[in-house]
Amino acid sequence: MIEWIQSTFGLLPEMVQTVVIILLKIFAIVVPLMLVVAYYTFGERKIIGAMQVRLGPNRVGPRGWLQPIADAMKLIFKEIVIPSGSNKYLFLIAPVLSIGPALAAWAVIPFDAEMVLADINAGLLYVLAITSLGVYGVIIAGWASNSKYALLGAMRSAAQIVAYEIAMGFALVGVLMAGGSLNLGVIVNAQSGSLLHWFWLPLFPLFVVYFISAVAETNRAPFDVAEGESEIVAGFHVEYSGMAFAVFFLAEYANMILVSALAAVMFLGGWLSPFEGLLPDSVLEIPVLGALLGGGIHWFLIKTAAFMFSFLWFRATFPRYRYDQIMRLGWKVFIPITIVWLLVVGIAILSGLPPWFDAA
Amino acid sequence: MGTEKILFYIFATVVVFGASMVITVRNPVRAALFLVLTFFASSAIWLLLEAEFLAIVLVLVYVGAVMVLFLFVVMMLDINLARLKAGFISYLPVGLGVAITMLVIMVMIVGPQNFGLEEYLAPVRHVASYDNTRELGGLLYTVYVYPFEIAAVILLVAIVAAIVLTLRRRPNTLHQKPEEQIAVKSVERVRKVKMRAEERK
Repeated sequence: MIEWIQSTFGLLPEMVQTVVIILLKIFAIVVPLMLVVAYYTFGERKIIGAMQVRLGPNRVGPRGWLQPIADAMKLIFKEIVIPSGSNKYLFLIAPVLSIGPALAAWAVIPFDAEMVLADINAGLLYVLAITSLGVYGVIIAGWASNSKYALLGAMRSAAQIVAYEIAMGFALVGVLMAGGSLNLGVIVNAQSGSLLHWFWLPLFPLFVVYFISAVAETNRAPFDVAEGESEIVAGFHVEYSGMAFAVFFLAEYANMILVSALAAVMFLGGWLSPFEGLLPDSVLEIPVLGALLGGGIHWFLIKTAAFMFSFLWFRATFPRYRYDQIMRLGWKVFIPITIVWLLVVGIAILSGLPPWFDAA
Repeated sequence: MGTEKILFYIFATVVVFGASMVITVRNPVRAALFLVLTFFASSAIWLLLEAEFLAIVLVLVYVGAVMVLFLFVVMMLDINLARLKAGFISYLPVGLGVAITMLVIMVMIVGPQNFGLEEYLAPVRHVASYDNTRELGGLLYTVYVYPFEIAAVILLVAIVAAIVLTLRRRPNTLHQKPEEQIAVKSVERVRKVKMRAEERK
């Protein structure tokens, strides 16, 4: 069977082979991602349930484990209602514009030293540009719905995302200065050494600003004024039902996982092991234990999961910010902090501050 | 070469289509969205030119920020389409004159006689490790450092000027002072009073 596949595959023209391999890689990223999204929603309900001393979903399947499948089934078979007076094409294209960037940005995320779909020079810039496109899904959905609540949600979201994108961009400028490259793989390698070499320490204010901005960019609590179910019903997706709504939902969770993965790559050393520099090389040569303690994709996944958990934790902990306070935090607090810290990083790099900046 | 040419023609078609839709579509929000499409497709053409930094920054700045604010404003406006269409015939001769003059000027300047292969050699293909961002940064901060910094200062002045021009200080309005709210202590807000239970009347 395998020989047959290999022999027929070798007969195909080289260009077709490349395309097929890239498509398979995309498949290998998107399918697990969608599964994680499904069980992230389940995990959210369970974890927040535990935090609020409830049980969470526990009826479908053993201990509720089939709940996300049941939810997906329900949404797939529900009718997509198109409101009268709405702009039909824009109404239907908005969820696509929402999930497209959320998936496309995964192309440059390095899962491992070799495991990356597109190892491009301007990876960080690409991520920033692609994630900034996600707002179009929200704005177009809000406008095309022909509903005042949806429009209010879209307006709020546009102002909020533009405000926090600047702070986020400046935080990423700090990372690129410290890493000396826009390539995410090079940025991770620049953090090798030990746990203290990771960029969370020299760039601590930028790390905090980045993660809070990421929560704001993904429209999650406590910055979820674009949805704001207690103020404007459900914000931009109030008119959506069935699969069109589910796609918005998928995009939101895919974005949360994406910014968690980015935070792990840029500030917590991606796939690098926290025991690096602590354990002698002989330990790393032990068959199974060595592979677990050394760097690898499992550390990247653990770090990403830690950030994903804090998204849920925030939602269960903080009350929603008021709109003017969100704007104040973005423009008057975060942007000045990042600009000051960029100066500090610049001085540190010029003076070759050990142990982070003495190599170059 | 084949794929590249096909990609170029696909994106060029999208640019031309998007740009013509921007000026023909009635609804201003849809016009702005077609402008977004045009920007996006032209950034793809820049990518084909190996100018990946400029291409991505075009998406980041124009598509991701400027057009979002633009849409924000356009969606809020209440535009009367009938009034906009009213003077079309009377303005047509002037508009046509301006359009034809601009077309002639553009053909004279950017026509094939100035930009043919004789004037500019075909750009050399770079290897995969070529870093356009690094090249651009090197040039901007060495050869063009003064123009670059002066442009930055002019932009800063424009930002400050825009804020100062729109800032209205009205002394009698009520507003919150978050720093005072954060710094408040419980003793300043709550007073504990010790008193005897009062008799019920």
